[in-house]
Amino acid sequence: MGSLVDRLKEDIRYQEGMQGCINCGTCTAVCPAASVSNYDPREIMDLVQEEDEESLRELLSSNSIWLCGECLSCKTRCPRDNTPCYVIQALRALSIESGLFRNSEEGLKQKELVDRLGRHMLDHGYCIYFDDLNIEMYPEQGPVWEWLRENRHSILKRLGCSYQESRPGSLRDIPQESISDLRAIFRESGAIERFQTISEEFPNYNE
Amino acid sequence: MSELAYIPKGNREWQRYQKEIASDHYYLARSCIRQNIFPKAEDLLIEILREYLNKDIYDDPRQTTCTGIAYHSGIIPLETTMTVVARQFALMNEAGYENFAVSCVTSFGIYAEILESWQHFPQTLKKTRELLYKATRKEFEIPKNIVHTSDLVFKFREEISKRLQYRLVDAKSGEPLRVVDHIGCHYAKIFPQHGIGGAEYPYVLAGLTDQFGGEQVDYPERRHCCGFGFRQYLLRSNRGYSVANSKIKFESMQPFEPHLIIANCPGCTFFLDRWQYVLAEMEGKVYGRQGYGIPVLTYEELTALLLGYNPWDIGLQLHQVAVEPLLDKIGIQYDPGNKFVGADGQSLPKPKEPKILKQ
Repeated sequence: MGSLVDRLKEDIRYQEGMQGCINCGTCTAVCPAASVSNYDPREIMDLVQEEDEESLRELLSSNSIWLCGECLSCKTRCPRDNTPCYVIQALRALSIESGLFRNSEEGLKQKELVDRLGRHMLDHGYCIYFDDLNIEMYPEQGPVWEWLRENRHSILKRLGCSYQESRPGSLRDIPQESISDLRAIFRESGAIERFQTISEEFPNYNE
Repeated sequence: MSELAYIPKGNREWQRYQKEIASDHYYLARSCIRQNIFPKAEDLLIEILREYLNKDIYDDPRQTTCTGIAYHSGIIPLETTMTVVARQFALMNEAGYENFAVSCVTSFGIYAEILESWQHFPQTLKKTRELLYKATRKEFEIPKNIVHTSDLVFKFREEISKRLQYRLVDAKSGEPLRVVDHIGCHYAKIFPQHGIGGAEYPYVLAGLTDQFGGEQVDYPERRHCCGFGFRQYLLRSNRGYSVANSKIKFESMQPFEPHLIIANCPGCTFFLDRWQYVLAEMEGKVYGRQGYGIPVLTYEELTALLLGYNPWDIGLQLHQVAVEPLLDKIGIQYDPGNKFVGADGQSLPKPKEPKILKQ
């Protein structure tokens, strides 16, 4: 296992995203996260390109790398073809793999995402799933969502959806064969291991 | 054939960014969010393509999430997303198709990014083939053509336009309606060459507005993100990020008094609809007229509405911002009593009324 700097540089997203930052600040100027928080992609790019092990360790342990919204507006506008968001993606992956995500409040929140999204995908084949989108967790869904959930069978049938059916269409039950494929891919490609690094009790999903 | 011929003359920026859009035989990749939140939208796309344009589009029940939302939330290894994408391509190959049409803008960005990565880093393509085979015994070929489904409606907009029963015009005054188009960030900000008109001047929805008789609203924050932010929305504690960014857009567009917002991204459609409700209830502010919000539609919902579909058969009652002011403005005939009716014609109890946002 090499230094954090070396491991970061192995990630193709770092290789694509870091072409040499001139510190112009265009990324920060267009960044939605920067417009509503103290997130500063220019500062992060500047720090990362110093390639200093201790500074990188500190960054990987901080909240900063978790504030980006991954809209990728920075990619469009950078005059030097950098993509700060790609660098953030590589930093987030390294923060998890090195365990340093546990040192920050935002890093620890990844557990909630794994427990929710991970299970949605491996149980149902969807990133988000109708039956789990409750109004307590998502109050902004509004009364219309409450109405839909309370009358789901009738409304979704009127709209011709395939909710809880095996035929093609919207909200269908994804076939077990596909769910099995997805679970096998997650096991073989390291996603289950990643999930268990973030959330220790996450199941193995062995068939 | 390039779409160059479709772009209005006189704007060189728009003309720089073109793309190939196959003319028939598409394999549809559905969107997780759209199926949940606006569950009729994708079926409308299929109906419009099949019944109005006589095109072939395949709806495969075996496909799954592309993992895009989880990937951009920072929980999934890139190798996993690449292998899931490869499986989707394998399913397309098995079904006998070569043209991949993606309904979700996040997914569209994922597919474009992975194709680019496989090209720049061939070792990742080799590794993906190995992982897919080991996990599923499947092999795959890369699609000949990959498009977002809004590209398809754009491509055929002239043919569709000939069939419209209504246009984006004030039925009383004859004036064009003012339409805000919101393009999902991952449609063209990552790879401008994959979007009609590129990242700075996307024309994919503005082209529909022009074709259907409306007037584009060019407001200062037109290109600003809706504020999804993936993990920032999905974590309840971080949701201020999302609503604050949507508010930036609403404040910027309101002086232009838009009649309608259309979007090509599942998340954007949802946020621009629901955050109007939240801002009304939190701050007492509404962005439309006479206590209403600004209606937000997907491009297929808008197209179907103008083709003459019953608004309550295409799911417009599932939007939190009421669409009736838009229907009245266009002069669309509708039965208010049919809005909250179920599959067998029975009346359902009405949803609760928001305190501020007029329904």
